[in-house]
Amino acid sequence: MIPAEFDYAAPRSLDEAVRLLSGTEGAKVLGGGMSLIPALKHRLSAAPLLVDLGRIAGLDQIALSGGRIRIGGRATHAAVMTHPALASMHAFAEAGELLADPQVRNRGTLGGSLVHADPAADWPAVFLALGGEATLVSAKGTRNVAADDFFESLMTSAVQEGEILSEVSFPAPTPRTGTAYSKLRQLASGFAIVGVAVWVRAERTGVIDDVRVGVTGVNSVPFRARSLEDRLRGKAVSGPALRAFCAEIAEADPMSDLHASAEYRRHLLGVFAARTIERAIARAQQA
Amino acid sequence: MALKPVMVGERIKRREDPRLIRGMATYTDDVKLHGLLHAAFVRSDHAAGRIVKIDATRAKAHPGVVAVFSFDDLRGQVGASPCTAILPGMKHVPHPLLADGEVRYAGQPVAVVIAKDKYVARDAALDVEVEIDSRQAVVDVEAALQAGAPLVYEQLGTNLAVHLPIAHPETERLFAEAHGTVSLRLVNQRVAPVPMEGRAVVAHWEDGPQQLTVWTSTQTPHGCKQQIAICLGIPELRIRVIAPEVGGGFGQKIPTYGEECLLPWISKKLRRPVKWAETRTENLAASAHGRGHVSQVEAAYDKDGKILALRGQTIAELGAYASMLGPAIPTFTHLLAAGPYTIQAVSWDIKVVYTHTMATDAYRGAGRPEAAYNIERAMDAVAAKLGLDRVEIRKRNLIPVGSFPYQAPTGAIYDSGNYQACLEKGLAKFDYAGAVVARDRARAEGKLAGIGIATFTEICGLGPSTGTAPPARAGTWESAELRVEPTGAVTVMTGASPHGQGQETAFAQMVGDAFGIDIDNVNVVHGDTDRVTHGVGTFGSRGLVVGGTAVHMAAQKVLAKAKRIAAHLLDTTEERVNVESGVFSVVGGARKLTFADVASAAHTWGVAIPGEEPGLEAVARFEPTGTTFPFGVHFCTVSIDKETGQLALERFVCVDDVGNIINPLLADGQRLGGIIQGLGQAMCEEVRYDESGQLMTATFMDYAMPRAAMFPRIEMDSTCTPSPLNPLGAKGIGELGTIGSTPCIVSAVIDALSPLGITHVDMPLKSEKLWRLIQGAAR
Amino acid sequence: MKIRLTLNGEAQEADVAPRTLLVHFLREDAGLTGTHIGCETSLCGACTVHVDGKAVKSCTMFAVQADGSDVRTIEGMGEADALHPVQKGFWEEHGLQCGYCTPGMIMATSALLAENASPTDAQIRHALEGNICRCTGYQQIVNAVQHAARILREGK
Repeated sequence: MIPAEFDYAAPRSLDEAVRLLSGTEGAKVLGGGMSLIPALKHRLSAAPLLVDLGRIAGLDQIALSGGRIRIGGRATHAAVMTHPALASMHAFAEAGELLADPQVRNRGTLGGSLVHADPAADWPAVFLALGGEATLVSAKGTRNVAADDFFESLMTSAVQEGEILSEVSFPAPTPRTGTAYSKLRQLASGFAIVGVAVWVRAERTGVIDDVRVGVTGVNSVPFRARSLEDRLRGKAVSGPALRAFCAEIAEADPMSDLHASAEYRRHLLGVFAARTIERAIARAQQA
Repeated sequence: MALKPVMVGERIKRREDPRLIRGMATYTDDVKLHGLLHAAFVRSDHAAGRIVKIDATRAKAHPGVVAVFSFDDLRGQVGASPCTAILPGMKHVPHPLLADGEVRYAGQPVAVVIAKDKYVARDAALDVEVEIDSRQAVVDVEAALQAGAPLVYEQLGTNLAVHLPIAHPETERLFAEAHGTVSLRLVNQRVAPVPMEGRAVVAHWEDGPQQLTVWTSTQTPHGCKQQIAICLGIPELRIRVIAPEVGGGFGQKIPTYGEECLLPWISKKLRRPVKWAETRTENLAASAHGRGHVSQVEAAYDKDGKILALRGQTIAELGAYASMLGPAIPTFTHLLAAGPYTIQAVSWDIKVVYTHTMATDAYRGAGRPEAAYNIERAMDAVAAKLGLDRVEIRKRNLIPVGSFPYQAPTGAIYDSGNYQACLEKGLAKFDYAGAVVARDRARAEGKLAGIGIATFTEICGLGPSTGTAPPARAGTWESAELRVEPTGAVTVMTGASPHGQGQETAFAQMVGDAFGIDIDNVNVVHGDTDRVTHGVGTFGSRGLVVGGTAVHMAAQKVLAKAKRIAAHLLDTTEERVNVESGVFSVVGGARKLTFADVASAAHTWGVAIPGEEPGLEAVARFEPTGTTFPFGVHFCTVSIDKETGQLALERFVCVDDVGNIINPLLADGQRLGGIIQGLGQAMCEEVRYDESGQLMTATFMDYAMPRAAMFPRIEMDSTCTPSPLNPLGAKGIGELGTIGSTPCIVSAVIDALSPLGITHVDMPLKSEKLWRLIQGAAR
Repeated sequence: MKIRLTLNGEAQEADVAPRTLLVHFLREDAGLTGTHIGCETSLCGACTVHVDGKAVKSCTMFAVQADGSDVRTIEGMGEADALHPVQKGFWEEHGLQCGYCTPGMIMATSALLAENASPTDAQIRHALEGNICRCTGYQQIVNAVQHAARILREGK
């Protein structure tokens, strides 16, 4: 499996990258390459020019500033899941551990995963649940897109041609919040048959003040289970009661494929949502 | 010479490994030759259809493209993909090296591009325009037998390649007299062998010496040489086939494939060496698959749970054409149908059927895993009917100690065994009673927990050669040649062609012991038809049983001559020469000669030995008089997540008996690899085509391979009942693990689900399937 | 395109097409055929090498991306008379059969042990998620990794 020919540029700055990108119609951004390179090899994708973000200094940084956790667009999965600034937000480490394998995590990036918008990728669920925001840079300027507005359709994110995702940011953890991620892995690829990320703020008593549930693997587009979130707010539920709450999630419009039917995905969503919420609440209570 | 510790039976680490762990081994794709060209195949996107047009104009325009060939270029110049198992009465159409007007499976080679660079070859292959007028395909093997089904070969008028109704005269009577019967429909799904190295070929025709050299990733270099000779009309004398380092085979690399014949033809045509290494997608689509049986299995039993007779029907997927051994594989399913049990009669009706899918052939176990699966499932079903413990019913049915050689109603003759001892050892190691208590406790807590059991035997080291006929050019024997150097170092040339099994080590242990020499003074050569003149290969767990026996025989011949030479040198008679660990002495005398002394004398010939020729070497071929029957028992425990259907394998215990073991380290490796491969089929693996014949599992994104984290540490032990059929007492171990582990875990899953009233599940045991069963039971 | 990299400790310069995959550069241009290709979808790990000390899959990386990097392949792990501890572990414990996945397994293992000197069996199995072996059933690989870890910890 060999890609078609392309030109390659490795700019040293974001400005230069943006300029290169806008200068060639159909040019694509090369991040970690874990999705793009296989697509190029299988000739499912092609580009006259690849603009490699790998040599832009600072684009892989992870830091806490201005009350937000800021993750550079080129930060790898491995860096995200092990970074001390993210240690208290368990969803990052949990999603990372369940994502692909160590070698892929050493190359692939959180930003690239979001831009690619694979319906079975892990980070979109975390991005949604943890209230992330993406910074997109282009020749026209910079704009921020909230996670809720980021995923548009199958394999399509808000990132337009000519734009580069330079940063993903999340609100820094606050007291009494907890996060979690869990997933049923597709046996062959390791992608999510269902993946659920949860952010919750809860009282010591277990009463849910606020909650966000991000879901991947189920619909053709990652989504927030808002109907579930609405029903959970102000309640203290666990066990079978919580499971019952999660049984019907209005937003679910599951895919059916070789690896799981829509019916099974719908069912799993309920199971995994309940289990993940329970874990996140327990963390919030201890936080 | 100091006495060496006996190497046979020791855990000696492998001599193959230094090159492999340093990345210094040469696999076929590592072969580089001056002027090497690269081939890329254009393969059919359709499962069935007529080729309307092949236009290579755009492909040929790529700079660096040397040629593009399709069937029209080959017509009349080459034969077909070989099949050496054309059964009597079989409807067979030879399979062309490139599609001849019709395509019959997705992935079938239609054209081939030859270029100076592999990137260019790939680019150009994508620019070969192939227009196919597609037809309706038939993928499902049962549907293929229905009237009006699309035909893979119109000219045959049917998809039924061959029907083998094998009836035992007592079956119907025993069924009529039975206390009860069970009937199960069992699907042994199609899987892909997936050696980590795909197939690869380098062909080099040298026009000066008129010599063809082919490097190919094969289990059978000699067979490959013979079949290339037949296909291309090149004398075997002019062909050298080299199986260099081979990255696994599992049966998939037994057949000689079209590409192995086509690349030599291209090299001869272009007078340049040419290479092709398949992609994983090509491997999954166009290298032989395994299994693919749908069976109806009926068992008749008496009131004590003794199985009296079996009646089976198997519909076996042959695929779109008859691969090398493909049609014969289901016959082993009949031969082993009775398993390790005293069943009086077995009738089996086998239909081997064409579909628009890749051909099937031998895959680790080749027909015997299917047989073991059938009988083990039937045994569990009878136990359930009678409310008998699954161990108890096996105890009642196992062939008694002292009954060997045992003739099964299928005609198979079991060489030796002590099934009861193996079972008892397994029960103790597993702590069956304790496992039952633990399972019942888990159940009481509302969990789905199960125990699996499989007692099994199998068939290894196939032989004798009786009935083998052209186009095959070799029977079931194996060859060995030993050449002793003047220093006493020994080169062993074996016709077995190992590809991971470790025979370079095992054979060196044997030869080292035979002559009392250091293992480093033994060099084992294989996989080169110019160095090893005759041979058959490594498959069917025959490497040691047949190939090793040939080595043993050659060593005995060398030793006999060495003894005669020593007698002369020691001024005594042959009868008075004592040989122990390579030291030759006169009985009661002080004079001693080492093996090296004798080897030196044999070469220098400074003292002529009357009646002997100079030199010390021997050739031997071992022709097995029968097949060996290793056996074993597997136990496991599983749990199933009630809510998701996810299966967890918690414990797996294997106690088996493969006769004498040359190197327990290698034996463990074979056992473990086999067990996981069997569990892979049971837990996750499955080749899937859609209704139109498109392969849906064409990459590892969709074909689920077993991975490390799916398994607990396998616990192992063994018993030893030597085979009387070969001087090593060995039985073969390559496939054993695969044969027992599959039914064992299915047994455990059904046991786990049995409190819900569930009695059946087909493989693979994927979570959705189990969840659906659980859901269905809850309703 | 011109690239410069350190390959198994030696500075190298090469001229490669942008689309040249790192694995092809290593195998075809640099002549290091110990790195194998097993799947092309970054799922089997046979092509695992180290780039700047991290285990990566060289079938899913372009050679131009390795410009300026320190690349280590199986050939750079140990010599015949001075094997790397991980190579020793695989040899001692029969952690390989056909050997095709082995270079990738060894590279993945050495990366694991650099991060975790005393992994549990479960951690080893999890860390080898990206490496498929069809021969061994993994158990002797787990033993090999434990053996290597012991050598690295205890110096023997």
